[in-house]
Amino acid sequence: MALPAIMRTTAARLSALYVVLFSVCALILVLYMTSMSERMLTAQTQSTINEEMASLGRAYQRGGLPTLVRLVSIRSRQPGANLYLIADRNGDILAGNVQNLNPSILGNEGWTEVPFAYQSFAENGEAAQQTAADTTSPRDAIALVLRLPNSMTVMVGRDLGEPKRFRTVVQRALMVSLGTMVLAAFLIWLVVGRRALRRIDELSGASRRIIGGDLAQRLPVAGTGDEFDRLSESLNAMIVRIAQLNEGLKQVSDNIAHDLKTPLTRLRNRAEAALADDASPEARREALESTIQGSEQLIRTFNSILMISRLEAGQTTVEPFVPVDLAASVLDVIDLYEPAAEEAGVTLSSAVEAAVSVSGNRELIGQALANLIDNAIKYSRAGEDRKAEVSVSVRKQGEDVVIEVADNGPGIPDAIDRERAKERFVRLDKSRSLPGSGLGLSIARAVMLFHGGRLDLQANNPGLRAAMVFPHPKEAA
Amino acid sequence: MKILVIEDDREAAEYLQKAFSEAGHTVHLAGDGDSGFAFAESGDYDVLVVDRMLPRRDGLSVISGLRAKSVATPVLILSALGEVDDRVTGLRAGGDDYLTKPYAFTELLARVEALDRRSSPREQETVHKVGDLELDRLSHSVRRAGRDIILQPREFRLLEYLMRHAGQVVTRTMLLENVWDYHFDPQTNVIDVHVSRLRGKIEKGFDGPLLHTVRGAGYILKAS
Repeated sequence: MALPAIMRTTAARLSALYVVLFSVCALILVLYMTSMSERMLTAQTQSTINEEMASLGRAYQRGGLPTLVRLVSIRSRQPGANLYLIADRNGDILAGNVQNLNPSILGNEGWTEVPFAYQSFAENGEAAQQTAADTTSPRDAIALVLRLPNSMTVMVGRDLGEPKRFRTVVQRALMVSLGTMVLAAFLIWLVVGRRALRRIDELSGASRRIIGGDLAQRLPVAGTGDEFDRLSESLNAMIVRIAQLNEGLKQVSDNIAHDLKTPLTRLRNRAEAALADDASPEARREALESTIQGSEQLIRTFNSILMISRLEAGQTTVEPFVPVDLAASVLDVIDLYEPAAEEAGVTLSSAVEAAVSVSGNRELIGQALANLIDNAIKYSRAGEDRKAEVSVSVRKQGEDVVIEVADNGPGIPDAIDRERAKERFVRLDKSRSLPGSGLGLSIARAVMLFHGGRLDLQANNPGLRAAMVFPHPKEAA
Repeated sequence: MKILVIEDDREAAEYLQKAFSEAGHTVHLAGDGDSGFAFAESGDYDVLVVDRMLPRRDGLSVISGLRAKSVATPVLILSALGEVDDRVTGLRAGGDDYLTKPYAFTELLARVEALDRRSSPREQETVHKVGDLELDRLSHSVRRAGRDIILQPREFRLLEYLMRHAGQVVTRTMLLENVWDYHFDPQTNVIDVHVSRLRGKIEKGFDGPLLHTVRGAGYILKAS
């Protein structure tokens, strides 16, 4: 990955900004601290020199020049001593540990604030050897010069080597730490930026593959539970949902292709047969009639699909729900189907336990119920050594009102199949041979969802129990 | 019968004109809401067939406009909108019947003929007669050739509807709508079974059929 690409990442920009801000703050802090400590050291040095000078002055008053010279000689020889010098009026040095001094320094009485160069003068050989390096190179110092009444000069000074070394050390530490910091920040920034960039690249790569139609793709989850993982997990959940919807849509279009193309092909074949030269007028008439019947069936299927989609999308602005007497609805629909059931050899019975009203649409509820009864009659016929029976009941079940249509046919033994049977166009294998569009249960379910209820399919052992469940019906009597 | 068809789809309108003419009716065409309203207001039509979506003036507005001017001609609304509430708003605007596109012409013809004003006086009759079959709405009794026939309440209503429209084709959906008050499509032959039961009761043991099946359309009650 090229650096400019890293620079474009948010993480890299943020860390670069942090490094710059932090460095500036650190620099200011260190500068402030060094200047403070330097000033403190200088003040301390000056007060030491003042005290030293005062004690020399007291010695001079007590014993005159010889005492002074002796004291200076003693102090000069102590390890880590200050700088001492006593010179006569000609500038010749009488006592002290300083030599090669710029004469102008002694000429100015008072503080020599500007550090000057000097060479220490060791009075014994040992010291001279130890400080051999010191004696050869000039060193910086500050000093206080005082002129005695006899025109002699006394100087007390202090080597500036220590504060200077301190400053150098601090400066070097500052440089090193700043350098390390910048380097570390750069490395962190490189790692974080690369990592963020890599994960975003992975995310967008996976997204592009998904956009490309590969809904089996999932966004990578690193397992760290960080923001990227959370984002990936949410997006993955979304993809699963989209894949489900997509699958449903695909199934519906496959089914439409099958369930509409087959009858369309049949229509076309019949029309072609009717056009054939050797067809008799009766055969033509028959072919045309069956063509019309076939197209009516197709229109019916289309209307059902439209109805389901509108109900499912909640786009139907059916008249404000009105009280529907479920018992009356059940009796109406049973009355409608009773002769057909009898002709099919099915006993259709009803048990209305509760006279209940729900708020809804009578037409839709009637249609859903008709579909369930129609199915029940169709399948209970398949019962073998027992009498085919369909019973419809209306009852209260806790807070709900349930219309149940039970048959004693083969039923749908598998719970997954029972759920699947409610899908559009799904016709379980056993029922493929029987007439029907595969939309009856879907319509019933859509109607129930539209009424805020649900359609339950349960095993009746033997047979199927289809229940239209209206939750919490408003008593609208 | 004189029919006005207000329909903007030229091909559909011409097909209707031809088909109604073959069935022995006179048809006038109007291609938009404004001219349709003008024709319907001035002409003496027995039935209006109005498409719901029309250029210039909406079908429902044409109908409510006519009703506001006390034009009581029966109206059948044709619409691509087939929702329950679409039907309700259509009928509320003053329509007498509602048919969803695409429709079978036989269905449209049967419904238009059922709307014919000339047949409406039968609504007020208390006794319907077809051949030797008699139905008394007040005493709820049915007799044929002087013999009482016992009918279930629903069978009675079915026969009553058929007799009121005697001599006219009545489709299965018309029966479902008028006898059971449901507008959905019964998937199976439920209506046919009802009709054949009724036929058994009014024909078995009597002379001559009364209730005939019209292939591809429905039923017709008439004395042979």
